[in-house]
Amino acid sequence: MTSPEVLRYTQETGDFSRMLAEIPYAQTIGLACDRFGDDLIFRLPRKPENLGNPVLPAIHGGVIGGFMELSAAIYLMMSQDTLRMPRIVDFSLDYLRAGLDRETYAECRLTRQGNRVANVMITAWQKSRNEPIATARAHFLMED
Amino acid sequence: MTNDRTRFDRVSRFIETLAQARELGVSVEEARDNHLVLKLPYSDRIIGNPDTRIIHGGAITTLMDTTSGSVVLCALDEFELCPTLDLRVDYMRPAVPDEPVYARAEAYRVTRNIIFTRCEAYQAHDNQTIANCVATFMRIGKEATPKAYRDQITGDDA
Repeated sequence: MTSPEVLRYTQETGDFSRMLAEIPYAQTIGLACDRFGDDLIFRLPRKPENLGNPVLPAIHGGVIGGFMELSAAIYLMMSQDTLRMPRIVDFSLDYLRAGLDRETYAECRLTRQGNRVANVMITAWQKSRNEPIATARAHFLMED
Repeated sequence: MTNDRTRFDRVSRFIETLAQARELGVSVEEARDNHLVLKLPYSDRIIGNPDTRIIHGGAITTLMDTTSGSVVLCALDEFELCPTLDLRVDYMRPAVPDEPVYARAEAYRVTRNIIFTRCEAYQAHDNQTIANCVATFMRIGKEATPKAYRDQITGDDA
């Protein structure tokens, strides 16, 4: 999906803006990504359009899910050096705390990498990494 | 395809209060006793892969989370906000571009504390399943939902 130059640029500079600009859904929810050494931290800056429950107010649960799903896919693309967006097979999400109307973060861990299927754990938090708002795991089909 | 006016109006008002549902243009198609169909229109803004123009799974997740959370309004007599505990989505096949995606949901078990829902996403052209979703919601009680918000959702029908 992403052109080879953009992937190379992203890998060399750690600047994800060009890559994310090519993914409309990332733009719609406002996903951002920063690299620290080899680690990737995904960010979802505060955005009124991402809210669900207007009472708290809180981020729509689906947006939290979408943010974590897309974070996992980008994480896999970067760790696999692949140009293809991996295909999601399933996604299982536990909501632990309300996602309040503030910036949200996510990090991913490759739990298992087989020949065809990858298993990724995703954790999302807001105030403190020690107080996650959601955890998820996903399976992706790696196509070549 | 008979709609229950009260439930249709309640769910429509509820969805209207969800900024992300408005953002994606989610609307109510059918609402009856413990049965709800919502529609997600196709738009370039929810594309996950520009080469194939296929909708990102995240938008399907949002549609299914919204449908599962809103079918609660069709399963309970009185409106109460129920936070999602967990959600599992199985993706069967990608949605065909340029066509809306629908999601139908039911609450298959309602207890004093927990509501269990199942939901299926599909498209009109072949009625094949795009994704299946099961979710659980916690009941925190009617009183935990602010009265002004309850009144807004219930409207004049109560």
